[in-house]
Amino acid sequence: MMQLVWLIPVFPLAGFLIISFLKNVLPKNLSGVLASVMVLASFCISVGLFFKVNEAVTIDYFNWIHAGNLSIPFSFLIDHASILMLLIVTGVGFLIHVYSIGYMSHDENKSRFFAHLNLFIFFMLLLVMGSNYVIMFAGWEGVGLCSYLLIGFWFKNDEYNRAANKAFIMNRIGDLGFLLGIILIYVTFHSTNFQEVFSLDKAKYYNQPVIIAITMLLFIGAMGKSAQIPLYTWLPDAMAGPTPVSALIHAATMVTAGIYIVVRSNVLYSLAPATLSFITLIGTATAIFAATIAVAQTDIKKVLAYSTVSQLGYMFVALGVGSYSTGLFHVTTHAFFKALLFLAAGSVIHAMSGEQDIRKMGGLRKKLPVTFIVFLIGTLAISGIPPFAGFFSKDEILVHAYEQNKFVFILLSITSLLTAFYMFRLLFLTFFGTFRGTMDQEHHLHESPPVMTVPLIILALLSTFGGFLGMPHVFSDHHLFEKYLEPLLSVPASIIHSEASGSFEWMMMIAFTVTLIILYIITRGFFSKQQNVPALNENDFNPSTRVLFNKYYVDELYDSIIVKPLYWLSDIFYKIFDNRLVDGTVNALGKGVVWGGRTLRLVQSGNIGFYIFIMVVSIIAIFVFNIYLK
Amino acid sequence: MLLLLILFPLVVAVATLFAKENAKRVALLGALIEFGLSIVMLMQFNPNGGRQFMIDYWWVQNLGISFKIGADGVSMLLVLLTTFLTPIIILSSFSHQYKNPSLFYSLILVMQMALVGVFVALDGFLFYIFWELALIPIYLICLIWGEKDRVRITLKFFIYTLLGSLFMLVGLIYLYLQTPGTHSFDVNALYGLHLSDAEQRWIFWAFFAAFAIKMPLFPFHTWQPDTYTDSPTPGTMLLSGIMLKMGVYGLIRWLLPIVPQGVHDYGMLAMVLSIIGIVYASCIALVQKDFKRLIAYSSIAHVGLISAGIFSLTIQGLQGGMIQMLSHGINVVGLFFIADIIMRRMNTREMKELGGIRNVAPQFATYFIIILLASITLPLTNGFIGEFLLFNGVYQYNAWMAAIAGLGIILGAVYMLTSYQKIVLGEKNKLTETFTDLTSSEKMVLIPLVIMIFWIGIYPKPLLDIAEPSLKAIQDIVNNKSGFTLK
Repeated sequence: MMQLVWLIPVFPLAGFLIISFLKNVLPKNLSGVLASVMVLASFCISVGLFFKVNEAVTIDYFNWIHAGNLSIPFSFLIDHASILMLLIVTGVGFLIHVYSIGYMSHDENKSRFFAHLNLFIFFMLLLVMGSNYVIMFAGWEGVGLCSYLLIGFWFKNDEYNRAANKAFIMNRIGDLGFLLGIILIYVTFHSTNFQEVFSLDKAKYYNQPVIIAITMLLFIGAMGKSAQIPLYTWLPDAMAGPTPVSALIHAATMVTAGIYIVVRSNVLYSLAPATLSFITLIGTATAIFAATIAVAQTDIKKVLAYSTVSQLGYMFVALGVGSYSTGLFHVTTHAFFKALLFLAAGSVIHAMSGEQDIRKMGGLRKKLPVTFIVFLIGTLAISGIPPFAGFFSKDEILVHAYEQNKFVFILLSITSLLTAFYMFRLLFLTFFGTFRGTMDQEHHLHESPPVMTVPLIILALLSTFGGFLGMPHVFSDHHLFEKYLEPLLSVPASIIHSEASGSFEWMMMIAFTVTLIILYIITRGFFSKQQNVPALNENDFNPSTRVLFNKYYVDELYDSIIVKPLYWLSDIFYKIFDNRLVDGTVNALGKGVVWGGRTLRLVQSGNIGFYIFIMVVSIIAIFVFNIYLK
Repeated sequence: MLLLLILFPLVVAVATLFAKENAKRVALLGALIEFGLSIVMLMQFNPNGGRQFMIDYWWVQNLGISFKIGADGVSMLLVLLTTFLTPIIILSSFSHQYKNPSLFYSLILVMQMALVGVFVALDGFLFYIFWELALIPIYLICLIWGEKDRVRITLKFFIYTLLGSLFMLVGLIYLYLQTPGTHSFDVNALYGLHLSDAEQRWIFWAFFAAFAIKMPLFPFHTWQPDTYTDSPTPGTMLLSGIMLKMGVYGLIRWLLPIVPQGVHDYGMLAMVLSIIGIVYASCIALVQKDFKRLIAYSSIAHVGLISAGIFSLTIQGLQGGMIQMLSHGINVVGLFFIADIIMRRMNTREMKELGGIRNVAPQFATYFIIILLASITLPLTNGFIGEFLLFNGVYQYNAWMAAIAGLGIILGAVYMLTSYQKIVLGEKNKLTETFTDLTSSEKMVLIPLVIMIFWIGIYPKPLLDIAEPSLKAIQDIVNNKSGFTLK
């Protein structure tokens, strides 16, 4: 089995190369099939690994970079964490590839689309399989590149191109933190290999500044990639890409890389309680902040995008309270239901001939029955209604948050209700009430072909049953998920071990479920009525809605405090500093020499008397000089 | 072998001069043979063998000047860079109709000869001769074939770099006079000098001025953007791809080992200048409108990092500088070629007049983005290897400096991606509608560059192996002589 590991990333890479180089030879419809098959092949090997591998195995290929005692091998680490991520990436990735065959069937550049999708899978696999931070970083920047390429897939639209640039640049800010973190790790431990770094002397490094610096720097990287405050504004804009891209990259896989890196480095994070508190803070703030924005959005993908930002915040809270396996558990369930929601939204957009504004939808459940049902399942799952997947993982996060910090628990509970609210709002505005689009659109409404609905159904099943991987302790002791990851995880010393009593957990679950059901009924009645559909004109919003609709004006804020001053400063550097001051000095020196020459030239006047005078003066000077020296 | 490598381009240069119509083909063939010769040399090269292919004749015996050449790993790699890039530069100019082509190509080959000479000279005087010799052909190339404002700009370039060289000459002569017995310019004699701290300090500045102007480092850079922009593209490529490395090479071979105490005392200042240069030049690149000028400023930023890595005196910094010299040479030649293609087809490099080229020239867009990504140091491209090592070196010297230098990679992404968007993406306009995709001769220029981008990015080991022993040796000299070692 281990001999096949290298094939996992090589399959999608081969897919990318074949499709790119044979673009003009290959029949256009084949590219999607080929790309899907490549990912399926990787998935099969990953499943094999899941059954065969019970301990961490490092596989070395070649020496990548070396200088002095720095040595970065090109090698993979196969353990339970990477296998779990492999299954998510290739499994969900495969379903999204298949779906895309249908979704992109009318696009003339679909070969390029599938090539880039395959390239993305390759880099994502590099990210999760790398056995050291540098390989991980290679995958990390690589997925950022693919994200850039796919957000700007329709490159004729400059709005999309700007969104792509924004995503890449904001990620770069995080990447700088990550890069410096890697270097600090090397300087401290003389290695960047996970297994060597994690075998550090724990007592010696506990709560030391260096560990806090390392974990904070890595977390800066995570904030960029996983769209946390303050580096989150790129993700909603990234919705400019085709919807399968939003599902794969900007919901299920790439954006969870930030969670993965913290879980991967959990040994270090457990030694840095200050960083963990910081992560909890950022996670909580992001979760509630993004959820409030989602409440007022009217673009179906924007709602889901802010929801993703918010859910990522949830995951970080899980990590921050030291419950790493819960974080990964939510990554997994979220991958199922958020991919499902995005793809279902894609199916809606497909049916609506490209329309994304929910104010122009309504009543779609009759025309798109399959899409409606899977979207409903996704909504129930993300809202946390039992027995759907989101219920289990979200419940677990809330319980752990309660154990550590009551205030965080309260904020997350509010977020959880907000989540249910904006999802119900989305569901009812889209699928209930009466149709509000044009006649043309209504005429054109159709359910998507099986190539799109079958992946939706599979994801719906996963969203329904995926939660049973991690049954709460009050139900049973068989928390499969936790058991599977146990060998890798550490427990922070700062964690309070007051297992929330069983009765509290029961109470919480029941209270949430009842509230959510009531909320469901109320919102259904409310949003199915025509007069409660948000106004088409922004000016008709009340002031608070307008602030939310405009995302608290954060983009505008960044523009005026960072972007504009930067260009202003650069302009000064260029026009005044460089052209006048630095170059001016150089030119002035040159002119000075020319002037000096011109002036001295006048000394050669041809007047013999003057020459003799100078000669005499010089001789006297030399004479005096000599005497003086002696 | 090494002598052949220096003399052969000269022979071809003469042949080119008489070749009239076929000048460019003769030049290309000669450059390719030269590249072949350097590959043969590489085959015989032993990374652990110290200096090899030594030739040592007395030139002016009673002045202690000898014609001494030889190659260690550092020289070997830079010679390879020169012989690899020269045919590419020649080929890249094929679709241009230069007046008096035989002179043009002949000068490029003379330039190659001088460059190889600089990288292998082991006698201070000989080094100086080659150093100045390299200036003449490039000066003429820029002067005769440059753009509108060429006379003023090339004169400034010439005087500025000549001034720097004169400082170096004074320093060299002073060193020469300190050598025992019948004085000598031999590199070993200079390495063996025991100079006082005060002497080391002023010689440091004399040499540093020469090298900093050549690279150029902030604030000695103001000749560079004008010269790069107004030179004919092959000239710009020679300047940025290879000639700039003379300055960096000078630091490694002629500055660090000779005045280690000077480096110890003033290295910090050189570091600070380098780091300021990175951020400063990156910012200025942000507001450029002419793409060629933007590349010129981005080159200042990249060189700043290389120099910072070298002054960190760590093996990672030195190795990073070495690899980045090669990578930068490849990438910058690629970028200038891209700018040249745009200029040739559109007759403008103003980015706001362009846009939408990808609609009509997808292949051009693909090559462009690969080279662009390499220059913004994406992993698995050549740019990353060097930059990672350089940051590592700088970080070990001072963490905050590394963090500030890191702003360069963020800003680099900003100005490169923005210009890609302006030039290539979006809707095509009236002008760019007529853009034709790459010709096969253009692809022949770009393909070797792209191959090298990925090769160095994925498997840099052979190059690192070649350079490491030589760089270690230099690092040892620096550490032992100045009596301080890095943590």
